Amino acid sequence: MNFHAKINNSTEWRSRFWAAALPYLLITPTLFFVVIFTLLPLLHVAGSSLFAENQAVQVPKFIGAGNFTALFSDPGFRDVFVNTVIYVIVTVPISVFLALVLALLLNRKFRAQGLYRLAFFYPTVLPMVSAATIWLFMYTPDYGLLNVFIEFFHIPSQNWLGEPRLALIALMILGIWKQTGYFMVFFLAGLQGLPHDIFESAKLDGANVLQSTYYITLPLLMGTTLFVTTIAVINAFETVDQIYIMTGGGPINSTSMLLFDLWQTLFSYLDIGRASAMSVILIVVLLIFTVINFITTERRATYE
Amino acid sequence: MQEKRFSTLSILIILVLLFGALSGCAPAVTTAPTQPTAIPATEAPAAASAPTATSAPVELTFYYPVAVAGPITQIIDGYITQFEAANPDIKVNAVLSGGYGDTLTKIQTTIKGGGTPPDVAVLLSTDLYSLVDANAIMPLDDYVKAAGGDTFTSDFFPAYLANSNYQSHIWSLPFQRSIPVLYYNKDMFKAAGLDDNKGPTNYAEMVTDAQKLTKPDGSTWGIEISSDGIPYWLFQCFVIGGGSNVFTAPNKVTFDTPEVAQALQDFTDLPNKYKVMPPGILLWANMPNDFVNGKAAMIWHSSGSLTNILKQAKFNVGVSYPVGEKGYGAPTGGGNLYMLKGIPADHQAAAWKFIQFMTSVDTQADWSINTGYVASRQSSYNTQAMKDHIAKVPQAAVAAAGLQYAGPELATHDNAQIQKFLGDAVQAALTGKSTIADALKAAQQQADQVLSQFSQ
Repeated sequence: MNFHAKINNSTEWRSRFWAAALPYLLITPTLFFVVIFTLLPLLHVAGSSLFAENQAVQVPKFIGAGNFTALFSDPGFRDVFVNTVIYVIVTVPISVFLALVLALLLNRKFRAQGLYRLAFFYPTVLPMVSAATIWLFMYTPDYGLLNVFIEFFHIPSQNWLGEPRLALIALMILGIWKQTGYFMVFFLAGLQGLPHDIFESAKLDGANVLQSTYYITLPLLMGTTLFVTTIAVINAFETVDQIYIMTGGGPINSTSMLLFDLWQTLFSYLDIGRASAMSVILIVVLLIFTVINFITTERRATYE
Repeated sequence: MQEKRFSTLSILIILVLLFGALSGCAPAVTTAPTQPTAIPATEAPAAASAPTATSAPVELTFYYPVAVAGPITQIIDGYITQFEAANPDIKVNAVLSGGYGDTLTKIQTTIKGGGTPPDVAVLLSTDLYSLVDANAIMPLDDYVKAAGGDTFTSDFFPAYLANSNYQSHIWSLPFQRSIPVLYYNKDMFKAAGLDDNKGPTNYAEMVTDAQKLTKPDGSTWGIEISSDGIPYWLFQCFVIGGGSNVFTAPNKVTFDTPEVAQALQDFTDLPNKYKVMPPGILLWANMPNDFVNGKAAMIWHSSGSLTNILKQAKFNVGVSYPVGEKGYGAPTGGGNLYMLKGIPADHQAAAWKFIQFMTSVDTQADWSINTGYVASRQSSYNTQAMKDHIAKVPQAAVAAAGLQYAGPELATHDNAQIQKFLGDAVQAALTGKSTIADALKAAQQQADQVLSQFSQ
């Protein structure tokens, strides 16, 4: 132990200190904002979720897990949770798959390629509120575009947003239409970054298009796929604009999802305790997903 | 050695952050707002009638939502110019605050955050109990007394003033008020051999009319009644027309009664039994379009849609009243002017002057002519401007006359939730998701559970 020697050698000590402290100093500004705008509100919400605070209880009252037990025994909240899960399970794989197919098709050279890319990317540029308003008209019974279209094939006109069994499907169609083009751009970028020589040697070895796509392109695109899937899942959980514009969560609760229900509970019903508990549940669900995603991504990274 | 020291440093940083975080969240838990129930009537200031001497002008903030089509902002700005010209010592900053829900949210969050709310706001008449519960509004008793008491209030339509009284205080004055009416296509009535001078006078008549008006090829439905957004509102027409209502007190609803069940049966029979209305949930916003395009021969919609419908329809439009089993019936609707709590004393006197101006006979007449809202004062209909307007647009007089058939709109504590319970029951029955009896029973139970927290 040359402890004394180290203390005496103060210049060395100082330079080592700064070398070690620099990273902390550099992240301080970011950390500051993360703490103020993310961590503190998070802890605040977690705290509020243990209190009853609503229109009947104006002074917050500690009730422990009361808000959570009330939520889990509420059939309305169960509907909301199930709707959210269905929405995620259906829209994420379909839009990621469609985006991949579109990207593969549009990655080849052909006439008016740019026009097609523009056409598929266009929905992304529209704000969700405008898109929802357009689709509101498309879904109108009898004279809405979609019904005029299906009536041409002698399928009777449907009240898309007015039937509990159809309304969620209608929202999912809009969601897929809106985000597929966005994901397609990531896949296109990924495809363009792939090395040409591998494909050339595969071609020389006699691999056809399907084989080289399946055995080379897809594995090499795994990183992009994981990224896109993560974005897609988070997007799906954050679905709120189109519900607000198109259905208001109805008919009954058939299109209400976590974030919309949370918004309604806080700003319509002014139930702060319950809304906080819902936020905590949403955060936990997203956290679990992120951790799983993180672990699997790490594992993939070691494979590659 | 070194590494260990600096990991201690990082632990220290984390500890500091955590401590900061905990202390940051502590006030939220300990802050105790004042008791909501303590609202002595004497809180209204004595300066009600004595105008203050001219010093710096009092600046009022006025929040108003826009809920109907039309150049609302211009009209409101016009009133404010008039008001400021008559009261040079008062300045009014009008803030367009979105929809009704947004306006309430803005005010509630301001109060929760300890900020100063606007001085005057237009909020739903049915928000009364939520506002009193949150200790957000001031009673207007002393001002009303100074303005003439009962002689002053008696000019307001009683159906509209009904939403202003609670715990023997008067809390608001009716400003932009409406009522659902029945619009019918006179040309179609004539073509179907029906009397086009009047709409149906009860439910049975409406069904026979609708059967004659419905075209078998599906191009025209006899009637369309919206059931989205606020389904409870139009549903109340059936109930009130059946001689009943859906609540008896701010903490007592009567959803699960034979009368309400009958009303819901009548509503669901239109699409399911008589096939005179499209099945499923009909969107509020689509109804006027369907009507002016001839897709629906009759619709129930807000009186506030009159101006728009008359502008677009290429046929003769008749206006009558919604019906239930026993005859005409409709709930009131729309917004009132409230004075917010926690504003300075000199603002209160100025705010009252402004409220009085906005609910004056002439302003209300003009507001009704320009928007389609029903004037909240009876003598507005005796003004020359209104008489000239009615001579040109006779339909405009129908809604005001309909107030004699009106009952109060569903208004309770925790209003938005209670309204949703009933709305969900209506939608569940209409879409066949549950039976009428089950739907109403569930809504009653949910509402009872919430309302049991309120003593009156």
